[in-house]
Amino acid sequence: MNIKLNGDHRSIGDGASVTTLVTELTGRGLDASGQATDGRKIGVAVARNAEVVPRSQWAATALAEGDELEIVTAVQGG
Amino acid sequence: MTTTSIQTQNDPLVIDGVGFGSRLIMGTGGAPSLDGLGAALIASGTELTTVAMRRYSPAETGSLFQLLLDNGIRVLPNTAGCFTAKDAVLTAELAREALETNWVKLEVIADEHTLLPDAVELVDATEQLVNRGFKVFAYTNDDPVLALRLENLGATAVMPLGAPIGTGLGILNPHNIELIVSRASVPVVLDAGIGTASDAALAMELGCDAVLLATAVTRAQNPVQMGEAFKHAVVAGRLAKQAGRIPRREHALASSAMEGRAEFL
Repeated sequence: MNIKLNGDHRSIGDGASVTTLVTELTGRGLDASGQATDGRKIGVAVARNAEVVPRSQWAATALAEGDELEIVTAVQGG
Repeated sequence: MTTTSIQTQNDPLVIDGVGFGSRLIMGTGGAPSLDGLGAALIASGTELTTVAMRRYSPAETGSLFQLLLDNGIRVLPNTAGCFTAKDAVLTAELAREALETNWVKLEVIADEHTLLPDAVELVDATEQLVNRGFKVFAYTNDDPVLALRLENLGATAVMPLGAPIGTGLGILNPHNIELIVSRASVPVVLDAGIGTASDAALAMELGCDAVLLATAVTRAQNPVQMGEAFKHAVVAGRLAKQAGRIPRREHALASSAMEGRAEFL
């Protein structure tokens, strides 16, 4: 299916969840609670169609055709 | 005992029940590299540092969040770049999820030219964020009325600007900063406009609880040395404020006694 990620078109397998997408993007494994399996903080947040998806819901949140995802992290500033 | 340890041991900055030995809050904007930034942060002695929230890019090398975690520096996400309360609230929600903190430095900017806070949107966003359980560090104009409003809405700290962001003009209205401090019962953090160490010392002498700055260090010719300068400036200003300065006088006042002088023919 096709989604939009951070403003760009992206193709992702049918049945993908938010967890699938975060893992694809960051290369980090995630457990069911949304924490990285390498034991370090993952430090990203996800908004789906302008609503924040709590990390505890990443695994249970299936993506749908046309979804708009924003994945953000901490950068230098202020 | 050094001055730094005096401050650390007896005079912590307490915000929302959390104590900090350093009264210098650093920003991370403007640094050309993550390595250089890390060295400047360590030299400054900061224990609380702001970050912005932006789109994740796999190409990015190194993680700022990890750098702060590794150095035991607490992270304070900001809402830089937000022009409306709506954007600021969503950004704060993302920051809370990403960084697992309910502290947020709330910036709602009116326009890109001045980067001054938009008071109306700021008040609206403060109210919404407090209701959602955030601890709001409100970046505000140097307006004593607005600062008190923000406190009454539940802001955890008020952060009046010394001068517009990035200008390095220092504290343009010391009288207003003093007035804000005199009426506040939450911590007052002088934020923005700091150019050099004496500006930070002045902020502390005016009674501010802490100073927040970024580009004064990150864009200095020697950021590590400037970071260290600010560490001492904030301590010096705090000590001077507590020591109680002499009153200003119209005319000279000799410090040497007149009696007992030798007489010359």
